[in-house]
Amino acid sequence: MSFADIKEKLTAQFALISLDFSSFRDNDRVVVPPSHLFEILSYLKTTFSFDMLIDLSAADYLHLQGATHRYGIWYAVLNVENGERFIVKTHLDDPDPRLPSVYDLWKGADWMEREVYDMFGIEFDGHPDLRRILLPDEFVAFPLRKDYPLRGMGERHNFQPVIRSES
Amino acid sequence: MPLILADAIPETSSPEREFLWTLNFGPQHPATHTTLRLILTLDGEVVVHAIPDIGFLHSGFEKLGEHLDFNQYVTIVDRMNYISPVSNEISWHHAVEKLLDIELTPRCKYIRTIFAELMRIHDHLVCCGAAALDLGAFTAFLYAFNLREKINDISEAASGQRFHPSYTRVGGLLCDVDDVWITKIRAFIKLFYSAYADLMKLLQRNRIFVDRTRGVGVLTKEEAINRSATGPIARASGVTRDLRKDQPYLAYKDFDFKVVCSTEGDCYARFLVRMEEMVQSIKIITQAVENIPSGPINIDVNSKFVVPNQMSVYRSIEGLIQHFELHMTNRQWETPKEEIYAATESPNGELGFYIVSDGSGVAYRARTRPPSFVHFSLFPHLIVGHQISDIPAVLGSINIIAAELDR
Repeated sequence: MSFADIKEKLTAQFALISLDFSSFRDNDRVVVPPSHLFEILSYLKTTFSFDMLIDLSAADYLHLQGATHRYGIWYAVLNVENGERFIVKTHLDDPDPRLPSVYDLWKGADWMEREVYDMFGIEFDGHPDLRRILLPDEFVAFPLRKDYPLRGMGERHNFQPVIRSES
Repeated sequence: MPLILADAIPETSSPEREFLWTLNFGPQHPATHTTLRLILTLDGEVVVHAIPDIGFLHSGFEKLGEHLDFNQYVTIVDRMNYISPVSNEISWHHAVEKLLDIELTPRCKYIRTIFAELMRIHDHLVCCGAAALDLGAFTAFLYAFNLREKINDISEAASGQRFHPSYTRVGGLLCDVDDVWITKIRAFIKLFYSAYADLMKLLQRNRIFVDRTRGVGVLTKEEAINRSATGPIARASGVTRDLRKDQPYLAYKDFDFKVVCSTEGDCYARFLVRMEEMVQSIKIITQAVENIPSGPINIDVNSKFVVPNQMSVYRSIEGLIQHFELHMTNRQWETPKEEIYAATESPNGELGFYIVSDGSGVAYRARTRPPSFVHFSLFPHLIVGHQISDIPAVLGSINIIAAELDR
């Protein structure tokens, strides 16, 4: 299945939705609306057997010139049988950035979605255990957002050293 | 991080579950090597439920990647998986060079390939040695570490640093290698086979080692695919994917080597796959080191991607201008305003970088796809139904590097 095939079939299947196909170097990708993301991903998984989720992450486009949306989330998928790759991207905006979880399609999405939630505050509906993963639970900010400063916002003051006699 | 234990632990108040007990494992425990914490729910000695708790080493590498330029970030990248640092550097610059559409010189490709394979051996030696150490085989660990020292010497001969060489640059390398480096690699190849035979003799049919690893932590092929496992862990379960063969990058097209696979999927299979991968790596190194092409290590300076050497900066106006252009923070590289995902086969699995570029020489977003992070999410699945004493065996076989896990 080449990029052209995927393009043809996806356009035929989802005729009413605007799909933005593009290609850069060897990356083939499509930008889809978040409302149909899960539908398109499960269609890709069943029809083209993209059975491995390689990467799932996000970016905050707050300061990027020419960006029309705040967040972009990408799903890089791989067909293990023939090694073909494809990237599905979607855009979200404040307030309340929210996406359906793809945990039911690929269990590998578990921690990747938790990391995106931890770093960007994007919530995934239907995720079995959406907690912060790298940062402590009391942490309130989302550090990979562009409005979060490089040197932090003084969170370390909230974490007093614990000494043995007090613990 | 579940600081409130009660949230993380499944319901134990019901009468049929009240015999379960909870054990906190780590973050400081000899078998976790670095800082991993597990909250285990146990039925006697059998693990019923395991919750990994990570983030102790989180230091915001990806945020730093948004503030350091392509050449500066390489020093951060090689601190991710610190037992195969040059692999990370190669992977990072592979992504940057794909973004900039740079074709490397043949000599650079060969040197990078040799380094990537040396790092694979380095990583697998530490992984297999430490796995054996956790299971009580201390001698094997020393044999592995002795050989690993030689690889550190080779890094030192090339770049001046043993542990974090920061050896690659956009479009080339920090500096060219010399005859000492070649001699050291030839000596290493000779030494490798005898040390490898010792290591195999100590472990392959060691009754304790085999009993504690065979049939433990079995990962089926379907689960490996569904849970995004890559690298030796996936190959030990029968997934025949290897980026070196699938999308040949660097000089891998020129060499004769095999992709090592197994169908068992247990800890012993992962150990054997790693051991055999070392033999394949030494085969690649043997072919490559005798055929390093001559010529420059960096691409042409006129392409405006590489930092010129000191001689041309001081002796020519073009070199001086080029040096100025790349080092002034308001100039630097001109990149296409695009996004790219590029990955290489690191010793641990697929190590990818997703770069969002805003046209400047600093990545707008530098996402790492860390294999350790994905593989540690497999752990609760692998350990359920096994005993506490199997935890070091499974942890050792999936080779978690906490610096890469937490970034």
